[in-house]
Amino acid sequence: MTSPIAGGVDCDLHPAVPHLTSLLPYMNDYWRDQVTTRGMTDLISQSYPVNSPISSRPDWRPVKGKPGSDIADLQRQALDRFGTAYGICNPLYGVQMVFSEDMANAFCRALNDWLAKEWLDKDERLRGSIVIPVQSIEKAVAEIERCAADKRFVQVLMLVMGDMPLGKRHYWPIYAAAERFGLPIGIHAGSAYHNPPTSVGWGSYHIEDYVAQAQAFQTQLTSLIVEGVFARHPNLKMVMLESGFTWLPPFLWRLHKFWRGVRMETPWVDRAPLEIVRSNIRFSLQPVDAPPESDTLNRLFDHMQSDELILFSTDYPHWQFDGDEVLPKGLSPDLVRKIMIDNPHATYPRLTVKEMTP
Amino acid sequence: MNVQLRERPQAASSTGIKSAIADCDIHPARATKDELHPYLAKRWHGHIETFGVHAYQGMMEGPPYPKAQPNASRRDAYPPEGGPQGSSLSFMQKQHLDPNNVALGVLNPLNTGQGIRNQDLAAAICAAINDWQIEKWTSKDARLKGSVVVANEDGVSAAAEIRKRAGDKNFVQVLLLSRNVEPLGQRRYWPIYEAAQEAGLPIGVHAFGFGGNPITASGWPSYYIEEMVGHSQCQQTALASLVLEGVFERFPKLKMVMVEAGFGWAPSLAWRLDKVFSKLHGEVPHLKRKPSEYIRDHIWWTTQPMEDPESRDHLFQVIEWIGWDKLLFATDYPHWDYDEPSRVLPAGVSDANRQAFYLDNAKQLYGIS
Repeated sequence: MTSPIAGGVDCDLHPAVPHLTSLLPYMNDYWRDQVTTRGMTDLISQSYPVNSPISSRPDWRPVKGKPGSDIADLQRQALDRFGTAYGICNPLYGVQMVFSEDMANAFCRALNDWLAKEWLDKDERLRGSIVIPVQSIEKAVAEIERCAADKRFVQVLMLVMGDMPLGKRHYWPIYAAAERFGLPIGIHAGSAYHNPPTSVGWGSYHIEDYVAQAQAFQTQLTSLIVEGVFARHPNLKMVMLESGFTWLPPFLWRLHKFWRGVRMETPWVDRAPLEIVRSNIRFSLQPVDAPPESDTLNRLFDHMQSDELILFSTDYPHWQFDGDEVLPKGLSPDLVRKIMIDNPHATYPRLTVKEMTP
Repeated sequence: MNVQLRERPQAASSTGIKSAIADCDIHPARATKDELHPYLAKRWHGHIETFGVHAYQGMMEGPPYPKAQPNASRRDAYPPEGGPQGSSLSFMQKQHLDPNNVALGVLNPLNTGQGIRNQDLAAAICAAINDWQIEKWTSKDARLKGSVVVANEDGVSAAAEIRKRAGDKNFVQVLLLSRNVEPLGQRRYWPIYEAAQEAGLPIGVHAFGFGGNPITASGWPSYYIEEMVGHSQCQQTALASLVLEGVFERFPKLKMVMVEAGFGWAPSLAWRLDKVFSKLHGEVPHLKRKPSEYIRDHIWWTTQPMEDPESRDHLFQVIEWIGWDKLLFATDYPHWDYDEPSRVLPAGVSDANRQAFYLDNAKQLYGIS
């Protein structure tokens, strides 16, 4: 086993909203009335059924309530246990799934305010991601501007499967706003289910949806690179969260080869895809989709040709590893330090900003 | 990259200088629009003329993402007698089969009845394409073998077409495409697998196809390159579906070939499947083994477009994870991203592995002596 070192940055923590009513105090009268009158109860995505084994490690599952809904549990099981200096909260509540941009906007605002009050206010180690109503660019940008004033928000959060590929120009004002405030864009596993959850249609099983997250990340990377997002925003960082990363080398071999063949189609792509990934794209550590032997994993790191791409994550409370084996076997002390401390700090400039709240 | 700027002498022809190879992905084309008429019932001639052929995509002419080259094919592959690239047997022999010493060439016709919404028309065109493969290609050149194309969305009709061709030595596999109305593991496609297993024919799953779903799980992208790269993600998902639905439990003798979708992604997909399966196996109790074991035992991979990392060691490691016995060389002739046989494998491969890669694996899989 590779031991974690103290002072790390856990880049993927999932505090759970206990119930839609938990957000009511953060909504205005109209939306409080809508939720109540229309009998809305909860926004749980099919991506993470509450009782699914992957949604919570067995020993992290509380006696009652949703995994990840109790801050004391998160402090004890994730922050204290791994000596974490900073933990970034990525709420996965299904606010992106609703089809009304007005409703999505109200729920995103409530979720962000809930996160600040019920989590960030309660532990100085915690940082937040701004959840945005992506169907409306205007509202998404406004929400980024509203929340960015609170420096404890360190990134903007989007789902890997939404209405359109993320490189589309439609989304660029979001990226401009993020870059302006020094916020990376975090792209997390999960679907708004506005399209079939795979590129060949609807499968039958939860396991199938989860496996397919990796393919969705691949297509989004293609889109972000070939549309020219990083030619326009060379300083923008994007972090693939809970994406897996062992698919990256062969994916890039293919993208690079085709780009050499048909680059006349996207002449604004000013650098090779491989270089763009090295400078602008990062990946959270968990899940590690590799066999347990350290030999194979070290070869995979070698295939990635960079030690700056991976950011430490527990994916708490999701079940990706057992015991303290949050780091795969066989990592060198140098790589551990990079993954746990150097790479996250290089990615999230707001982590150490002193002035915290507006 | 494929415009011939000056005349070059043809490479040495089959003089024994080049080792024989199997090319497991050759695309034959029709020379004229009417070339299928002799194999199609009269009613369809007028139907096609009047209403056209409606695929699960909106364009009546041409693909939804314009290709990088006309017909996605090499500009030097137009036959001298006219017609599109890949439509002349004599020119294919002269340009590809003879100089590259192709001992076995597997034909994968792409513009067939597959992915067409009218299932009667789909079945008629597929049957016609199968007859056409025999008459125009395989009966004229013994090196060439056909693929049985089927109306993929209608399992019953597809199974009937497979049974009709069973035992016919002109065909060595059944051809499906990766993108269909539903993921390929779904039960509507099981009659195809049942009939293929019964006929002892492997199923080639070629990248591409139209099923009506956006080519990403996040909607339609903008560019041809996204479609090209995206096919490998479609293939990964289709393969995951085949494994997770239990197709290889249900049809234990079924063999499948992943055609033109890359193979570098196979190890990470298998590891991911195994990892998730270790926690979620309760949802899929019909699986008796780890997902990676089904993939190892049932799946072969064609090589084009060859994985091309900066370091050849990375390539060799990936091939070792998959198995040298599972790769089938392919050129994709006459398409523009054609792989040149002599330049595909870097130095440092043992003679036995080269032989398996270029010829023996294919002969063994397709039962060619």
